[in-house]
Order: sequence, then C-alpha cells, then structure tokens
Amino acid sequence: MLETRELACERGGRRLFSALNIALDAGGLLRVRGANGSGKTTLMRCLAGLTRPDAGAVRWRGSDIGSLGDAYRRDLLFLGHSPAVKDDLTVLENLEFSCRLSGAEIAVEQIRHALEQLGIAKLADLPAGYLSQGQRRRTALARLALPRPARLWLLDEPLAALDDEAIGRVSSLCAAHLAAGGSLVLTSHQEIAVAAPGAQSIELGS
Amino acid sequence: MHGFGIILQRDLRIALRRKGDVLNVLVFFVVVASLFPLGVGPEPNQLRAMAAGVVWIAALLAAVLSLPRLFAADYADGTLEQMLVAPQSLLMVVLAKSAAHWLLTGLPLALVAPLIGLQYDLPIETLGVLLASLLIGTPVLSLLGAACAALTLGVRGGGALLGLLVLPLYVPALVFGAGAVGATLIGINPSAHLSLLGAFLAVSSLVGPWAACAALRVALD
Repeated sequence: MLETRELACERGGRRLFSALNIALDAGGLLRVRGANGSGKTTLMRCLAGLTRPDAGAVRWRGSDIGSLGDAYRRDLLFLGHSPAVKDDLTVLENLEFSCRLSGAEIAVEQIRHALEQLGIAKLADLPAGYLSQGQRRRTALARLALPRPARLWLLDEPLAALDDEAIGRVSSLCAAHLAAGGSLVLTSHQEIAVAAPGAQSIELGS
Repeated sequence: MHGFGIILQRDLRIALRRKGDVLNVLVFFVVVASLFPLGVGPEPNQLRAMAAGVVWIAALLAAVLSLPRLFAADYADGTLEQMLVAPQSLLMVVLAKSAAHWLLTGLPLALVAPLIGLQYDLPIETLGVLLASLLIGTPVLSLLGAACAALTLGVRGGGALLGLLVLPLYVPALVFGAGAVGATLIGINPSAHLSLLGAFLAVSSLVGPWAACAALRVALD
C-alpha cells in the first residue's frame, strides 16, 4: 500500500534521513521514533505530500503520490502538530468543516456521535476558543471516529496534551482502524497500546 | 467547484462572528478619505479634482491593511495545511479565499465610496462612474493581494513587506480607476478607462491565484 523508495530529506543543510525504505501493507502499523529534531515531522509531511523529499519517492498502491494527486488525498487523513481548530467556530462546525473539506458529506448526528466517542459531546455547541489544549486535540481527533474514514492515517504526535482517558479512546480507534484493514503511521513519545500483528518501527536519527 | 463553496461559506461565517475586523477596514477607509479635505483646505474645485484619486488611494491602503489576515490565521492554526492535504484543488481554495476577501472588504468599500464622493462635492453623474470603477477594480486588489499575502506568509515583518510588494502592482488599477472619474469630470466618456480596468482584472484573475498557489506550496513545504 504505502511505500517509500530511498527517501532522503534535508532541513537547513542537515541531512535528517537518507535511503529510507518503508513498506506498509493494509492493516499495517508503522511507529516512527526518534529524539526531538530527528526528522519525524518532516518524514510525516513527506508522506502526506506536503514536503518534497530531496531524493526518492513515496508511492501509494504502486503509483507515485505526486501523480495520484487528489486520488491519494481522498485516501489520506493527516493530522499534524496544529489541530486546525478555528476559535470562532463551534466544535461541531469545526468538525463539519474538516469533513466537508475532505470530501465527505456526513450527517450532523454522526458528527455528534464522533464527538461522543472522544468524550466531548457536551462541548459540541461551544466556540472552540473556550477549549483547553487537550480538548482542541480531541476535537481534531474526532475525525478518526467518523464513519467511512480514510484508508491511510498519518498521525503526528496525536497523544500530545491528551489525558489517560483520551489516550485510551484514541488507541481503541486506531486498533479498530487497523482491524478494518486501514494503515497507520504514527509518531509518538508516549507508548500507544495498539496490538497489531506485523507492527513495524523505525528509529530516525540513529 | 465543491471546495469553493465550502471555504467561501466558512470564511464568511467566521467574518460574521468577528465583525470588528470587517468594520475596522471600512472605518479606516472612511477616515483616510476624510482627512484629505482637512489637510489641503476646503477649496471646492481642488477637492473635486482630487476626489477620485483620494478615494482610490484610501481603498488601496485599506486593502493592504486587511491583506495580512487573508492566510495568516489559517496558516498559524494548521487549517491551511489541512486544505493542502484535502482532495480539493488549491486553486479553488485560493479563489474562494480571494472571493471572501472581496465580499468583506472590496465590496463594502465600493458601496461606501459614493458617499465620500458627495463629501468632495463630486457631481452626481460621476458618482456612478466612481462606484463602477471600484466594483471592477477592487477584485484586482483581492486577487493580486492574495498572491502577495501568500508570498509573505511566515516571513518576520511580513505586513510591511506585503505593502511594499503589493502597492506597485496596484498602480494600473489606480491609474485607470481614478482616470475614469477624472475623464467624466472633464466631459470625456469613461468607457475606455473602465475597459482597460476590466482587462487588468482579467489578467489579475489569471496571474494572481496561480502565483498564490505556487507561493502557498512553498510556504508550507
């Protein structure tokens, strides 16, 4: 499904990684580890097609992601460091917007249900400006609980600012995604308890 | 087209909840245009001759004031990143944001401009030309402004740089826009000026969004 061939990236004249080969199948989990500044986020952005690698290629189902374009982005769910939550919109409106942007028309009840699964159903009609850091993160992560989710999840530090209860909820969503044949690439400093057969792990900066 | 509607609707909704941002630009425009008679004295012929130029320059400055916000908030909170990884054409994203910017700044400025014209004792028949020149010209400010706002995204002191970058690009709009009203004042048909302004709008709508897309991709690399 997701493959990289001899991927290399440089940032500010420093080589972060080179000759990186990844092969991730349907239902596969890849954990990206490494110290601060070792290039985890850069790798995730390369995989999402945001950052152009200095060498090598990222392939999805055998084709280069650059040539796939929207066909790749329809299969992709990328959550970066910033939760992309707008202060002026309510929690529900924020989630509704990100659904519609990703091309899915999802009913309001389903969005409310997704918020419930992240434990923030009570906040649905509150402007996101009143949320705490962890609640914002939960709002962004509620996309994982929507029906018909993307095939490939790229989650960059999804557990940052989350409490133990939320970590448990996110872990079980990830496990369900993998069991349904989705692929997952994850960077995290905390351990996420997802039991997956054939889970891989790479260490950057070593 | 789908993405266009989604983003336009969202930008307008956010603006409705932050009416202050929209009003600031409009009030700035009115204040700048009203300061000139205080500075140059109340000589009616002089004021009439300079009215169109003053209104147009005030509109350019108001646009520059509003442009840094076009992409900055979406860039800072990660929404822009989500727009790039979404299955939507980036061109539609840029066009939607430019359209929202015009609806929230250019259009109100154009609608208020005839009142300022009255303040400068412009004859009634030239007020329509002033309005028409601004209706054709203010979309140029949003389209070229989007490209420059994208270019200065994430640059320290980007606001000042944005002004330096975008104001020279606005010169043709200023010349033809103010020229149309000037021509009417001396009894010449303004349609030539307005046609040239329309041509400049056509060029801007091709070049502006395309340049903004390229600049956004670089800013988020």
